[in-house]
Amino acid sequence: MIIWLEKHMPKIVLAPSFLIAVIFVYGFIGWTAWVSLTRSRLLPRYDLHGFIQYERLFDSARWDTALNNLYIFGFLFIIISTLLGLMLAILLDQKIRTEGVIRTIYLYPMALSLIVTGTAWKWILNPGLGLEATVRDLGWTDFSFDWLVNPDMAIYTVVIASVWQASGFVMALFLAGLRSIDQEVIKAAQVDGIPTWRIYASIIIPSMASIFLSAFIVLAHLAIKSFDLVIALTGGGPGFATDLPATYMYTMAFSRGDLGQAASSAMVMMMIIFAIVVPYLYSELRAKHD
Amino acid sequence: MTNFANRSTLNVSVKNLALRWLLYAVLALFAIYYMLPLFVMVTTSLKSLEEIRTGSLISLPRDVTFQAWMTAWSGACSGIKCEGLRPYFWNSVIMAVPAVLISTFIGALNGYAVAQWRFRGANLIFALILFGCFIPFQVVLLPMARLLGQMGLAGSIPGLIMVHVIYGIGFTTLFFRNYYVTIPPELVKAAKIDGASFFRIFFSIFLPLSLPIIVVTIIWQFTQIWNDFLFGVSFSEAGTQPVTVALNNIVNSTTGVKEYNVDMAAAIIAALPTLLVYVVAGKYFIRGLTAGSVKG
Amino acid sequence: MKSKFIFAASAALTFSFAGMAKAEPQAEVLHWWTSGGEAKSVAVLQQEFASRGGTWTDMPVAGGGGDAAMTALRARVLSGNAPTAVQLKGPAIQEWYEEGALSDISAVAEKHGWADVLPASIAGHMKCEGKWCAAPVNVHRIDWIWANAAVLADNGIAMPTSWDEFNAAADKLMAKGITPLAHGGQAWQDATVFEAVALGIGGPEFFHKAFVELDQATLKSDTMVKVFDQMRKLRGYVDSNFSGRDWNLATAMVMNGEAAFQIMGDWAKGEFLAAGKRPGIDFLCASTPGEGFLYNVDSFAMFDVSGDDKQAGQMLLAELIVGQNFQKVFNMNKGSIPARVDVALDDFDTCAHISAQDMATSNAGGSLLPSYAHGMALRGAQSGAITDVVTAHFNSDMSSSEAVNMLAKSIANSL
Repeated sequence: MIIWLEKHMPKIVLAPSFLIAVIFVYGFIGWTAWVSLTRSRLLPRYDLHGFIQYERLFDSARWDTALNNLYIFGFLFIIISTLLGLMLAILLDQKIRTEGVIRTIYLYPMALSLIVTGTAWKWILNPGLGLEATVRDLGWTDFSFDWLVNPDMAIYTVVIASVWQASGFVMALFLAGLRSIDQEVIKAAQVDGIPTWRIYASIIIPSMASIFLSAFIVLAHLAIKSFDLVIALTGGGPGFATDLPATYMYTMAFSRGDLGQAASSAMVMMMIIFAIVVPYLYSELRAKHD
Repeated sequence: MTNFANRSTLNVSVKNLALRWLLYAVLALFAIYYMLPLFVMVTTSLKSLEEIRTGSLISLPRDVTFQAWMTAWSGACSGIKCEGLRPYFWNSVIMAVPAVLISTFIGALNGYAVAQWRFRGANLIFALILFGCFIPFQVVLLPMARLLGQMGLAGSIPGLIMVHVIYGIGFTTLFFRNYYVTIPPELVKAAKIDGASFFRIFFSIFLPLSLPIIVVTIIWQFTQIWNDFLFGVSFSEAGTQPVTVALNNIVNSTTGVKEYNVDMAAAIIAALPTLLVYVVAGKYFIRGLTAGSVKG
Repeated sequence: MKSKFIFAASAALTFSFAGMAKAEPQAEVLHWWTSGGEAKSVAVLQQEFASRGGTWTDMPVAGGGGDAAMTALRARVLSGNAPTAVQLKGPAIQEWYEEGALSDISAVAEKHGWADVLPASIAGHMKCEGKWCAAPVNVHRIDWIWANAAVLADNGIAMPTSWDEFNAAADKLMAKGITPLAHGGQAWQDATVFEAVALGIGGPEFFHKAFVELDQATLKSDTMVKVFDQMRKLRGYVDSNFSGRDWNLATAMVMNGEAAFQIMGDWAKGEFLAAGKRPGIDFLCASTPGEGFLYNVDSFAMFDVSGDDKQAGQMLLAELIVGQNFQKVFNMNKGSIPARVDVALDDFDTCAHISAQDMATSNAGGSLLPSYAHGMALRGAQSGAITDVVTAHFNSDMSSSEAVNMLAKSIANSL
C-alpha cells in the first residue's frame, strides 16, 4: 500500500489542482458556452436558443470596434513593451552605477492598481489639464496632444499607459536573461574581434528565445484581460472608441443585463486566447522532450 | 555582466565616455516617463484643494499639507461610514496573506511533481493546469457566485481566499515548474536510492534551493491578489470588503466636490503594501527570474 | 438532573419565543450614494431606522450609474446571499422580479396607503405584477437647462424657449469666447442631452413611440434625423476638453462663468446649492425647450431574504422611505422632489416648485414620460443600444442619416 502510494505520489499531489482546473476553469468555460447559446438576460437561463447570440454579436458595430481595438492595441502593446523592455535591459546591463534604483523605478508601475494608474494618466493626457496645457504654458503654444479626446487616436493613449505599466516587468525578464548568459561565449567572441552590437545581435538575443516567448505570453495575457485600465482612463470612450472585448463583455453582463451576449463575447475571446496560447504551450512543452 | 572593458585605446575611451553619457541620458529620460504619474499623484496628495484648482498639474506644492493623507486613512467617506481606508485594510491583509501562502505552497508541490517526476501525461496535466492563467475573471464571476453560495462561503473572507487560491495555482505552478526543471534529475535519483520519499526530498532538498523563485511567486501573487477589485466587490459583503472596494468608493463617487488630493492619497495608501513588497524584494526578483520562467 | 433539564428546556423555549416575538429589524443596504450630499441623505434614513430599533449595515459600491453595484448584486443573488434592500429603479425592478429575486411588501404599502399618495405612473414602477416590491425615494426631472444668471444678463440672453433660440444664443456666446454648453463627455450625459432634445423637437408622442414603444418607423423618421442634426449643432457648442469630464465639473463651469448653460437633471441643483448659489439670482433653471416632463425615480427594491429580522427590516425600511420626514429631508438635499404628493414644499426652493407644478400639469396632460437615458423607460439592453449610437454620433462626424440607420439597426439587434 505504502509502495503504491509512494509510486503514485506525484499524481496524487497534482490531482487536487487538476480537479480544480477541471471544475473552475473548464467547467466554467463550459457553463459560459452553454449560456452563450441561451437568451439569458439578467441572470442565467438554461433553455437553448441556438446561435442567435453570436449572430447579434457579429452584427454589433460596437463589437467590431472592440475586436479591432484588440488587434491594434494587442499588437502595439506587445511589440512596444517587448522592444522597450529589451532595449532598457540591454542599457541597464552596461554596468550602471545606480542600477538598483533605476531598475526599481522601471519596475514599480506593475505594483500599482490599474484603477489608480488610469486616473493619473487620464490627467496627464487630458489636453486641458495635463501635458498639452503644461507645454503650452511653457511657451510652445502650438503644441497639441489631444489623443485622449480624439476617437481615432484614443486607443493609442491606452497603449501608452499600458506599456508604462508592463514594460518594466518585461525589462526585468530580459535583464535576468542577459545576466544568465555564459560569459565564456561572449569572451570568445570578443577575442575573435566581433563588434559589440554584432555580439548582441547574433549571439545574445537569439539565445534568449525562450524569454521572448515568456514575455509574449505574459503580455498577451495582460492585453486580453485589459479592463480596469480602459475603464479608468477613457471609460471606453470617446463614444465607444476604446472599447475592448473585456469591457464589452463586462458591460453586457452587468450593466445591460444581457448575459447571453456577454457569454458569447466571452467565448469568442476565449477562442482567440486559445489560438494564441495552445501553439505556445505545444512548442514549449515539446521542447522539453528534446 | 557582459564585459567589454578590453578595448582601451585613448580614442575609444573618449568615445566610450560620450556613449556613457548618452546611456545615462536615455535611462534618465525613461525614468521620467515611469516616474511621471507617481510624481503627479504624490504632489497632488500634498496640495490643498485650492492649490489643485488654481495650480498646474506638474507644479510642486506651495504649502505641503498632510491633511489629505489623514482623511484618506481615517476620514474619507465610503457610503455612510466615514472612516477612511483603515477598516478595510485589515480585510485585505487577512485575505491576501493566506491566499498568497497557500497558492505558493501548492504551486511549489505541483511544479516539483511535474518537473522532477516524469510520468506519462505529466506535461499534459501541466498544460491543462496552466491554461487557468488565461481565463478572464468576468467569465468565472457568476458561476463562482453560485458555487460559493452552495458551499456556504458567500460573502466571507475564506470564500475570497479560496477563489484567489484557485486562480493563482496556474501561475504559481508555472513559475515553480520552470525553476525546478533546471535542477538536474540526478539529485532526485540519488535521494531515491538513499530511500527518501517524495515529500522528504521536497522538504529537505528542493525547498531550501527555492528561495529566489519563492520570492518571485510571492511578489506576483501578492500584487495580483491585493490589487484585485472584481472578486473583491462581488464576493464580499458589508464588513468583509477589501481595501480596493473602499478605494473605488472614495475615488469614483460622482457627486459633490471631488477631493483629488484625498483620492490620490488614498490610492497611494492602498498601493503601499505592494510597493513595499516590490522595493524590498526587487533584488530577489531578478535572481528568481533568472532561474525561473526565463529558461523556458 | 431532571430539573436542570426542564429548566434548560423552558429557558430555551422562552428565549426562542422572545426571539420570535420581537424580531430586531435588520437591513443590509446596497447602494451607490457614496459621497457628499447623497451619503448624508442616506445617513438620515439610517438614523431613522436606528431610532426605530433597526440595525443598518451599509454596503456601498460606487461607480457610474451603479455598474459595479449591479455586478456585486448579481454575485450576491446567485450565491443565495442577497442584500436586504438594493438601490434599483425602472424596469430593472420588474426584471429582477421575473428572476424571482424580490419580495412582496404589499402589507406595508397598503397599511400606509401608498396608492393614495403616489402618482399612478410612479406607483406603477414600484409594482411587480400588481404586488408592491419597491419603495420610491424621489422624482428627478431630467429635462432641465441650467444657466449662469450673470453671463446671461451681461449678454442680453433670456432662457431659451425653443431650440432655435438656444442656437442663436449659443452663437452669440461663442463669439464672445464663452463656452455655450458645459458638457461632460460620458455616454450617459450624451444620452441625457439627446433625450431632452428629442422630447423638445419631437414632442411627447414622438418620444413615447420612439423610446418606450421602440417603433421602428419613428426611429427612422425625419424627426429623428432633425434630432441628430441638433445634437451635431450642440457638439459645436461644447469646449474641447469635454471628453470624460464628470457632470459635476461641468456644473462648476457654469457656476464660475466659464460656460453659460448645462443640460442636466435636477441633481445639478444640489451642486449649485451646496456651493451657496441662489436660484433665480446666481443661477437660473428652466425646462429644456419643448413640452413634457422626463422623470427618473430612484427607489429601493426589497429582495427575497430569509429570517424574521431581515424581513422586519424590509418592512420598516419601506415604511420609512415613503414616510413624510425622509421624503422631505432627502429631497431637499438632493435636488429632486418627493415622490409623495402630499409633502409640503414650503421649504423647497423655486426650482423645486416649478418641477412639482410641471409634474402635475404633465401628468394631467399625458406628457409625464419616463427617461430612457436613466433607465426608466427601457431595459438595459435596449437603452444601452440607443446610448451607444448617440455617443458614437456625438463623438465622431457621423451624419444624421447614418446615425438614424444605426439606431434602428441596434434596437433591432438588441431585442
